[in-house]
Amino acid sequence: MSFLTTSAAVLLATSAVTIAVSLIPTNLTAQPAQAGAAMEDTAIRPFKFRASDEELADLKRRIKATKWPSRELVADDSQGVRLATMQKLADYWANEYDWRKVEARLDALPQFVTNIDGVDIHFIHVKSKDPNALPMIVTHGWPGSIIEQLKIIDPLTNPTAHGGTTADAFDVVIPSIPGYGFSGKPTELGWDPQRIARVWAVLMDRLGYKKYVAQGGDWGDAISEQMALQKPAGLLGIHTNMPGTLPDNISAALAGGPSPTGLSADEKYAWDQLDFFYKHRVGYAQEMGNRPQTLYALEDSPIGLAAWMLDHDAASQKLIGRVFDGQSEGLTRDDILDNVTLYWLTNTGVSSARLFWESKLAFFAPKGVTIPVAVSAFPDEIYTAPRSWTEKAFPKLIHYNRLDKGGHFAAWEQPEIFAGELRAAFKPLR
Amino acid sequence: MSFIDIFARIAFVALTVAAISLMPAHPTAQPTTAGAALEDTAIRPFHVNIPEEQIVDLRRRIAATRWPDQETVTDQSQGIQLAKLKPLVGYWGTGYDWRKAEAKLNAYPQFITKIDGLDIHFIHVRSKHPNAMPLIMTHGWPGSVFELLKIIGPLTDPTAYGGRAEDAFDLVLPSMPGYGFSGKPTDTGWGPDRIARSWAELMKRLGYARYVAQGGDWGSPVSSAMARQAPAGLLGIHINLPAVVPPEAAAALAAGGPAPGGLSEKERATFDELSAAAKMGNRSYAVMMGTRPQTIGYAITDSPAGLAAWMLGHPGFTKWTYSSSDPEKSPDEVLDDISLYWLTNTATSSGRLYWETGGGSPVFAAAQKTAEITLPVAITVFPGESYRAPETWARRAYRNLIYFHEVDKGGHFAAWEEPELFSAELREAFRPLR
Repeated sequence: MSFLTTSAAVLLATSAVTIAVSLIPTNLTAQPAQAGAAMEDTAIRPFKFRASDEELADLKRRIKATKWPSRELVADDSQGVRLATMQKLADYWANEYDWRKVEARLDALPQFVTNIDGVDIHFIHVKSKDPNALPMIVTHGWPGSIIEQLKIIDPLTNPTAHGGTTADAFDVVIPSIPGYGFSGKPTELGWDPQRIARVWAVLMDRLGYKKYVAQGGDWGDAISEQMALQKPAGLLGIHTNMPGTLPDNISAALAGGPSPTGLSADEKYAWDQLDFFYKHRVGYAQEMGNRPQTLYALEDSPIGLAAWMLDHDAASQKLIGRVFDGQSEGLTRDDILDNVTLYWLTNTGVSSARLFWESKLAFFAPKGVTIPVAVSAFPDEIYTAPRSWTEKAFPKLIHYNRLDKGGHFAAWEQPEIFAGELRAAFKPLR
Repeated sequence: MSFIDIFARIAFVALTVAAISLMPAHPTAQPTTAGAALEDTAIRPFHVNIPEEQIVDLRRRIAATRWPDQETVTDQSQGIQLAKLKPLVGYWGTGYDWRKAEAKLNAYPQFITKIDGLDIHFIHVRSKHPNAMPLIMTHGWPGSVFELLKIIGPLTDPTAYGGRAEDAFDLVLPSMPGYGFSGKPTDTGWGPDRIARSWAELMKRLGYARYVAQGGDWGSPVSSAMARQAPAGLLGIHINLPAVVPPEAAAALAAGGPAPGGLSEKERATFDELSAAAKMGNRSYAVMMGTRPQTIGYAITDSPAGLAAWMLGHPGFTKWTYSSSDPEKSPDEVLDDISLYWLTNTATSSGRLYWETGGGSPVFAAAQKTAEITLPVAITVFPGESYRAPETWARRAYRNLIYFHEVDKGGHFAAWEEPELFSAELREAFRPLR
C-alpha cells in the first residue's frame, strides 16, 4: 500500500467513524472526568506519530555515549541482562536500526485518539472487510505495547489470506494503555486495571460495537479479566494468555508457606515456573509497584531502559539474547528495538511503571470471572496454566489449549499460532 | 589542616608502610590462585585525583538529563519526588565542587593493598595516643567512606572533642570490594564472609594484634561475620544495624502474616514497624539488586540523575533535606557520596553485594547466624534506623551482649548524621574491651 493510498483511506475512514460515533451518547458509568460526562469531548481524531529527526539523532548520540558497567560475574543470565547482549544491542541500535521503518508500518494502519475519562486514548482500529467480523479489543502489557500486536492484525482481520475462512474474521481495536505509548499519561491517581477496563468498554461503545470480545496477556489479562467482572453490555467473553488461576495453596506456598504436594505433571511444571519467578525474577515488578518514580534512570538512559525492559521473564530474556547473538526465532532485533524505542520516544519509562503501583490485584489469583473465558497456555509464559487450575478458576471455560511453543509475548513471537488460537477460542461466541 | 601538614602526615605514613612491608603476610583463607606466598602484600599510599575530563563529562550528562513527568502523588510514596531531585541534580551539575570532596578524602592517609587478589582501599588514621585501640569500621550501601569521615577526629583525637586520651582509637576505614576506590571483584564469592576474612588480613597486615570492628548497614553483616570467624586479635564488635529479629517474628514478616503471640509492647512495636516497612516495599531496591544487579546497573551507570535517585531512594535518606540550612544533611554531603559512586563507576559493582548474599535479611538473627557469635557484641539503637531493635531480642540474638543503648537522635547513617553522639557510643561500648 502506497503512502498516498494509506493517508486517503485513513482520512476517509476516520471522518466517517468520527461523525457516526459522535452521535452516539456516551454512557460513562464510573469516574467521569471532572468537567462532567455531558461536556466530555467524545470526538475520535485520526492519529499519526512522527518522531523528529532531532529526537532520533539525540537517541543515537546517547546510545553511543553510554557509560557501561563492568561485566557481570557469572556466565549465565542470573545477574541480569548480560553485558555482551547489551553491547550488541547498542551497536545495532546506534548504527543500523531505523525507527522510520516501524513508523511507516504504523502509518499504514488506521490510528486514532479519543478522550475518555479525561485521558487521551490512542488505538489502532482495523475493520475487516467481512461485515460479520467479530469485534475484539486486544490489550498489550508491560514491557509491551501496540508493537506486540502488529503481526496479528492481518491474520485476524483478513483471515482468508492467512489460511482461515471468512467466518474467522475480527475487527480489531488495539489501544495503548494510559501512560503507555501514544496514550496520554494520567496526572491523577486511580488508573488501575479496573478503571482502564471501564474505559475500554466506553471505547467499544463509542466505536458503535454492540457485541464484542476482549483479549490480553500480562496487564492485558488483568484489564480483560476486570472487563469480564464488570460485564459491560456487549462483552461476550474474553481470551487470555496469562490467566489468573492459582489455587489458594499455591499462592500461600509462594508467600512462604509449605510447598505444595500431590501435583500433576502440568501442575508441577507451573509450580516450578512460579517458584523460580517469585524467587529470582519479580524484583522489577516490586520496584515499579513500590517506587516507580525512583526509576528516573529509565528516562535518561536508552541502554538502561532497554536492559530494564529486556529483563522481564527468563524465557523471553533468553530468546532476546539469542536474537542478538544472530539467531532467528520469533522476534527480530527490529521487533525488540521498535518496542524499546517506542517507550523512549514517548518518554513512558516511568509513566508505564505507575500501573504496577496503581494495581492492587494479585497477578495470578483467580478473580471470580463468570462469563465465557478462553485460555491459551504457552509453554514459556511466566507460568503455563494447567487445565486443572484453569477449569476451577473459570466456570465458563469455552476453550483451553496447551501450546508447544511461544512465551510471554505470544502474539509477537508466534502470530500465526496466536491468531489460530483466537479463531478457535471465540468460535462458540460468534 | 594545611597542605604542608598533609604532606608531613603522608611522609610519616610512608615510613609506616616501609616498616609494615617487612612483616610476613599470613593470609589464612582463600589465597589467590597464584599462591599466598607470591601475593603482593605491599601497602601503597593512595591519593584521589579524578581526571578533569570525567568531571566535565559528568556535568555534561547532568545538563542533558531527560526527566520523567512529575509523580502522581504529593508525598514520597511513589519514590523520590521530582521537585526534590531536580534542584539537587541541578546544583550537582552547576554549583557542586567535587574537588572539595577529594580534598576531604586526601586530608587523611589513604592506602591500597591487595588482599585475596583484590585491591582494597582504606583510610588509616593513627591516634597520637600510644594506647589507642585499633578499630576497623565498615560502611554500607548506598554509603562509602564519606559516611565515616566526621568521626575520624572525635575517635582518633578525643581530647580535642571532649573525650579523654584513654578513649582514643586508631582507625581503619576500608572501602568494600566493588565500592569506591577498592577494586571490583571479577569473580563471585565476595559476600560478607569473604570481606570479613580480608578485613582480618588487613588488620594483621597493619600490625594490629588486638582490635575491634564496627559497622551499620552492610558494615553490620561484615562485622558480624568477623565476630563469627573470630580471627586472632578481634576483641569484639559494635553494630548499629543489629540482626535481632527472632525466627518466629521473621517467619511472620516473611509471610506478611500477623504478629506472633507473646510479644512485649516494645517487641510488638518493632514488629509493626518492620511489617509496615515491608508493606510499603521499603526493601524493593534490595530485592532488585539482590536478584538482578546487572539489569538495574545499566541505567544507574549511565544516568547521573538516575543514580542519584536510586541511591537517595534508600529509606535511610527519607528524612534528609539536602538543604544548605541543614549542614549535616546538606546537598554537598549526599553529592560527595553519589559522585564517588559515579566517578568510580561502582553503581553496578556495589549492587552485586546484595546478589552475593542471596537476599537474606540483614535484620533477621537466623539469616545473619548470630547464634554462632561468641565474641562480645555492643549495640547502639538509633531512633531513625530502619527498625528499633528491642533489648530483649538483642539478648536472645547475641549471647555475649556487652553493651546495649538506645539513643535519642540519629538514623540509618548515624556516624554521618550524629558524629559526636556516635563517637561517644563507640567510646562507651568498647571501654570494657580495652
